[in-house]
Parts: sequence; C-alpha cells; structure tokens
Amino acid sequence: MLLYSARRLLAGFVLFVIVAFITYWLLSFSFDSVIAARLGASATPETIAEVRADYGLDRPVVVQYVDWLAGVFQGDLGRSFYTQEPVIDAIPPRLFVTLSIVVPALIIATIIAVFLGTFAASRGGGADKAAQGVMLFGYLVPNLLIAILLTVVLAINLGWLPATGYVRFGDDPAGWLKSITIPVIALFIGGAANIANQVRGTMIDELRKDYVRTLRTRGVSARTVVYKHALRNAAGPALTVFGLTFINMFGGALIIEQVFALPGFGTFSFNSALQGDFPVLMGLTVFGVGMTVTINLLTDLANGWLNPKARIYA
Amino acid sequence: MTAIPSDSTSVVPSETDAETRKGAIARLVRDPQAVITGSILILMIIAGLLANVIAQHDPNEANLYVVNAPPGTEGYPLGADQAGRDILARLLHSINTAVVSALIGASVALVIGTAFGLVGGYFARLRSMTEWTFTLIMTFPGILLLILLMPLTGGDYRATMLIFGVLLSPGIYRIVRNMTVGVSRELYVDAAKVSGVTSSRILRRHVLSVVRGPIVIATAFLCGTAISTQAGLAFLGVGSLSIPSFGAMISEGFRNIGLAPTQYLWPALTLGVMNACIVLFGNALRDTLQGAQPKPQKISVAHLAEGFEAESGPNAAPALLSIRDLGIAYPSPSGELNEVVRGVSLDLKPGETVGLVGESGSGKTQTAFGVLGVLPNEAIVTRGSVRVDGTEILGAPESTLRKLRGDVIAYVPQEPMSNLDPVYTVGSQLVEGIRVATGVSKREAKVRALELLERVGIPDPQRTFKSYPHEISGGMAQRVLIAGAVATEPKILIADEPTTALDVTVQADILDLLRDLQQEMGMGIILVTHNFGVVADICSRICVMKEGEVVESGEAVDVFADPQHEYTSMLLNAILDEDTVRTDPPVAVGQTSGGASR
Repeated sequence: MLLYSARRLLAGFVLFVIVAFITYWLLSFSFDSVIAARLGASATPETIAEVRADYGLDRPVVVQYVDWLAGVFQGDLGRSFYTQEPVIDAIPPRLFVTLSIVVPALIIATIIAVFLGTFAASRGGGADKAAQGVMLFGYLVPNLLIAILLTVVLAINLGWLPATGYVRFGDDPAGWLKSITIPVIALFIGGAANIANQVRGTMIDELRKDYVRTLRTRGVSARTVVYKHALRNAAGPALTVFGLTFINMFGGALIIEQVFALPGFGTFSFNSALQGDFPVLMGLTVFGVGMTVTINLLTDLANGWLNPKARIYA
Repeated sequence: MTAIPSDSTSVVPSETDAETRKGAIARLVRDPQAVITGSILILMIIAGLLANVIAQHDPNEANLYVVNAPPGTEGYPLGADQAGRDILARLLHSINTAVVSALIGASVALVIGTAFGLVGGYFARLRSMTEWTFTLIMTFPGILLLILLMPLTGGDYRATMLIFGVLLSPGIYRIVRNMTVGVSRELYVDAAKVSGVTSSRILRRHVLSVVRGPIVIATAFLCGTAISTQAGLAFLGVGSLSIPSFGAMISEGFRNIGLAPTQYLWPALTLGVMNACIVLFGNALRDTLQGAQPKPQKISVAHLAEGFEAESGPNAAPALLSIRDLGIAYPSPSGELNEVVRGVSLDLKPGETVGLVGESGSGKTQTAFGVLGVLPNEAIVTRGSVRVDGTEILGAPESTLRKLRGDVIAYVPQEPMSNLDPVYTVGSQLVEGIRVATGVSKREAKVRALELLERVGIPDPQRTFKSYPHEISGGMAQRVLIAGAVATEPKILIADEPTTALDVTVQADILDLLRDLQQEMGMGIILVTHNFGVVADICSRICVMKEGEVVESGEAVDVFADPQHEYTSMLLNAILDEDTVRTDPPVAVGQTSGGASR
C-alpha cells in the first residue's frame, strides 16, 4: 500500500510538472500584450522589452520555467504583478472559500446519489423510472439556472437567505452557513445526478452477478445482499466518477461564485486572468493541479481499500 | 455537467452492415422522444441561421429609445435589453454561437479522441503512453484552465472551444480505445493480419465501423457539454462583448432581474430547452443504437402468472422435495410468454441423489432456480407446485423462503469463482451464511467455518479463511462453496453442474466429497448435469430433460440399461467408452451467468 501510494504520488508530481509547463508555455505568448496593457500609453517595443528583461521574461521559456519551478519548491510562487502580494499568501484563503462550497456539495451529492442509485437499481419498475426522472432533471437543468432561480425565490422573494456575499466562518458561523446554502444546493444537484446514474448502472450489473444469487440461497436477506455486498462491489467504478465529479464541481463553483459574489478561487482566477497577472495565474495552476492530484490519489486509495483485487496492482 | 456515458466497455455490437444501420435510423424516426427533441433542435438551428431575416435589428445595435422595452414593442417582439438592443436578435445569434461552440468543441474532441483511441487500442506498445496522456488531460480542471488561458485566447470563444475540445477528448478516446482493443482481439482481425492486410486498412474497415455507434452517442453529449461550458464562461465574462451568447444574456438579465425579469427568462429558457433536447436526443440515440439498457433486477420472490394457484394435489407420500407440473416462462420481446420449463415433476427422498440431465437450454438450471426461489426477475412461474419439506414455496413470501434456505435447502453453483463475493474474505462469507441460518455468535460461526473448511479437504483452513476469492484456485473455491452450502446440514442440496468448470482431476474429488457429505448428513441431492459420466458415478435416479420437459425418468440402472426415449439413447451414445466416463464435453465456462437462455 505504501509503495502504491508513493508511485501514485510520483505520477502526480510528474503530472504537475508537465501541466505547469504547458500552462507556462501557453501563457508566454501573451507576455507582450499583458505588459503593453500595463504600461498603457507609454508602451513602445523598447519599453516592453525593458520590462520583460526586468522580470527575466526575455530568457528562453524553458529557462524561465525551470527558474520558476525552483522557486515553487522553496515555497516561493512570486508576487502579483499588480498588488505585489506574495502569491503563496493570496491563494489559500480564496481556495478555502471555494472548497467550503464544493466539499459540502460533494458530500451531499454522494449521499443522495448512493441512495438514489441503489434504490433505483434494487427496486426496479416504477421506483426506477421515478429515480431516473429525478436524475434526468439533474442533468438537464444547468446549475447556473438553478442558482439564479434559488436566489430569486429564497433570497429575493422570501428573504430567508442572503442573495450574495460571503461571511467568514470565524466571524459568524450561522451567517457563513447561510451564505453558502444556495451555492451548495445549486452545485450538488448536477453532481448527484451524475454519480447516481453511475451507481445505478454498476449496481444493476452487480445484482445480476452469480454471487448475489448464491448469497440469497444461504438465506442472506435482500437488504444485506444489496447494501453490504453489491454496493461495496459497485463502489469502485462509482469512485472514479466521484473524482471526476469533484473536478467538474470545482469548475462549476468558479461560475457559481460569480453569481453569489463569493471571493473564491474562481473570482480570483477570473480577475487575474483579465489582468494577465502572470505569477498569480501560475500559482493558481499549482493549486489547481495539486488539488486534482490529491483527489485522484485519495480515490485510488479508497478503491484499494474497497476492492482487494485492486491492491494487487500496487 | 458531463453527461458522457461512462466508459462503456460493453461487448462490441455486431450491427455493422448497412442493413442494420438503415434499421437504426428507421427505429430512430419511429421513436417519439427522438423525433420531438430532434425537430426542436433542427428548428432552433434553422432559426439561428435565419437570424438576420427573422429579427429586424443587428444584435449589437443599441437604441437608447427602447432601453428595457417590454416584450411586444414594435420591432422588438421580445423587448429590448438595458442597452436598447433587440433581445430576439441577440437570442437568435446566441443560438449560432452555441452551435458553433458545439461544432468546434465536439469535432476537436472527436478527431483527437478517435485518432489516439485507434492508435492506443490497436498498437498495444503505444497504449501506456496514450493512456497516461489522456489521464493527464482528463484530470485537469477544464474551466479553470480556460479562464487561466484568457490572456492567450483573448476571449475569443472559438479559440476557447478549440482548447475545450482537447479537454473533452478523453471521453471519446476511452470509448474508441476500449472498442478497438475488443475488436483487435477478435479472430477475424487475426486472420486479416495473417493474410497480410495492412494495419491502417484493418483499422478503417473493421474497427471504425464498430466504433461508429458509441461515438455518435457520445458526440451528442459532447455538444451539450460544450454549449453549457461556453454559456458558463460567457456568463463569467470570458469572451468578447460583441458576441451575443446565452451566458452573456443571462448575466445581463440577472443583473436586471428586478427591473425586467423577462430579459433573464428568454435566454435561460432557450438554453434550458436546447440542453434538455440534446440530452434527451442523446438518450434516445443510445437506446436505438445500443438496444435496451439492462434493467434493474429486483431481489424478490418469483413472479407468478396471473390467476396462479399452487396445485394442491393429494399429498400421498410426503417426499422431502416434491415438484409437480412446474412451469416457468420468460416474456418474449413481443410480450408473449415463452415457457422454458414445461410441466416438470420430480420427487426427492432423504439420502437419495437424483440426476437432472439434459443439454444446455433444456431447462434444468431454471428448474433448480425455481426450487430455490431465486429465479431471475423476468421469470414468471406459470403453473405447478413445489413443496420443500412439506412447505409450498410458490407464492410464499421471501421471509418463508429465507427460513428454508440454508436451513433446509442449499445450493452449490457451477462456476466457483463468480459465486464468491470478490471483496470479502472467504471466511467472512462463510461466517455470514452460518450466522444467518443458525443465529450463533461470530466466534462459534468461525469455529464451525474452520471445521467445515477442513472437512471439505482444504489443506490450510486458517489461511484459506483469511484469503480473498481471487487468491484461491477454482477447485478450492468450489470446496469453499460446498462448505458454505452444507454448513447448516441442510436436508436438500441442489448442485448445479458442480464439476463442469473444474479440471478433470479435481472433478472426481468433488463428487467423492459430495457423496461422503451425503452419507454423513443424509441429504437428498439433486444433481444438475449434462454429463452421464457424473450421473453414472453418483446418482440413484435420473430425470432426463429436453426442451423444458422431462422425457424420461427412472432408476439410474434401468435407464442406462434400457433407455426408453431416443433422446436418452442419443445422450448415452455420446459417451464413447469407459475411459471417457468422467470427461466433460467442451462447454464454454462463461455460460454460467444465469439467464433465460438456459
């Protein structure tokens, strides 16, 4: 298990180095226009070249990248072009805001999905049709629309919850809970539909397997067969979707943040991208990839724990 | 939001020739869901193409006199937005933006995904490379990358969609790779290779034709994903302001929602309908091209035919197990019932072994499942009576059956490996069965399980107890299953081809074990088999089944000496001589997953 984790970590590390390089390389095409925008009226080819040289951006891209990477390993992500704030300090509080809507949404989505998917697969008939209808609804309605609808009804018309804004947990826990409620609802619906559909499909396959029949002939109850045996077997494939759903939800959160004016990762990314704040963008890449790698590692480990066969490939 | 059907590893469908494809289109045209959603989409696309004809204004033409004009204003049928722009014109042009986004995103994903999927699937040596690359692409948070790369794309949605297409490609890659791996293992592809057909020709002729269906389906979902992503980005403000798009319109409408709620409604409704149509059309497409998806298998007692009444014949000699006139049917696609077991009658006395013999599809396994009450969900019991130790089980509730199972009646399956739950240890599965049937404590159950493992001839019971099913051999697994079946000393044991999947050398041992256990416990055994060698070895009586009916039954000795039915003599003649008595005919091991076919 330890070796397995180490190998996965190494793969994640290589992934990080490559993705960061691709991002760096792609962004390097926009250096001139970003600097020109920043210099405004005083932008001439000469002044642009001067600023590039100041920041060391006139060196070959690979050299710049290695230099930047070396900084990353010392915990130095550079400073924002605009605010001069160290990037390493700027990102975590914003990431926390985003995660505080993504993580609850993911947990709620998973719980609902497991029950809905299992319910549909083990009951069949009308129950299955109804559950599939619910899942289809989750797919069909873009979370952007759900977000706005909920805001109009719950916040503007009924006034139960704040329409926008974020309250820090440390300042007012109840206020914090209120401020994330609508974003979380908007976010979990699509994810729940996605995972539930996967759970349903895998559970249907599992419940048709021979061991299910054999367990029944031993007198094991239907509920035990479904929840103890089939569900654990079905969990592996569902976990893969779980990981992807997390990444999807993270993307969705970037949009949802904008609707609710949450000062999160997405708003920060968007503003920095508009400004072309290059060190910040690279810092965001570091955190984005880091998170993805972590989630994938965790799903792999969970899969190994759930499915003894997967451990062989360690 | 990604609605791409996850990694379909399904068996390669053989519908490749032009005939069946035409059939698929014809079926699609007859499917109301496909027709309705398809027509709506086509109408939307046409409306978008005719945008300049239908609307009277340029989408970006701002007229200060009509700021926030309500719907129905002269020249502005849907009203105007806060900059005085024609909402209808903007809506129609937004459709074009959405369609272009879908086209760019989906085609990039298709080209990249298909090309690398074919390469990765067909050339095994390159696979780990492509696999790694696409895992890399798949794991990256796409929208974040699109936002981060804004300085590069300059907000042009077409450039953004180009990149997004790359991010979507893993879905297509995995489908194509899986199917290509499947096809390239087929014998006819080997044959083509041997006869010197080039790789590129094999890929074109044999692989692409098979992959087409799933790709078409996935493409529908890709289009939907591309459209929603573009809308989401435009909502954020990623993209040029002069390009009308649903996202931008929703964002503007949202800010203006107190003043003029309809401005938000139009784009939201159009985007919602468009998305819904794409997903529903994709689903209809999948159902048509891939056939019906597997239906849930409810765990329940067998369904009874309408008006079913268990036959209450005279209970003359109370046998241990008495089957009377049992009928089991499956509905055909047209809804008619197709009987696979037709009036089977059979009695079993304590200590006796009855062989239920017949070829594949003769209904012998279905009969066995019927007796155990574990028929597949689709099955319908049409007639007859099954009494287990005096209790009628047809129509009895699951709770009655559960009490009988394990305690009175037990089952040894054919394929040892697939009948053990792969994620629990052998020991915990044995303990679970023992505890359910007897209610003893965990510790007692463990002691009993270890005794049983030793009894069935497992050399190191402690180790096997702690092993997972994949860590033991097929013969061991079968012994474990027998141990599980006899754990509670049942009166009746139903053994469904218990030796077929095993090596010839192990087969005799397993039969010996069954015989010994029978003598110890006095069980009545029904041995389902197609092998007269096995019958001769162990059975005292025989029932020969053909096409769902018992064609001959009697004492084993008599049937062997003087078969009455020609089918019996045919089966007997299939045994060549004494030396081959314990050899099984070559029957595919894979046919165990119980189904209507047998």
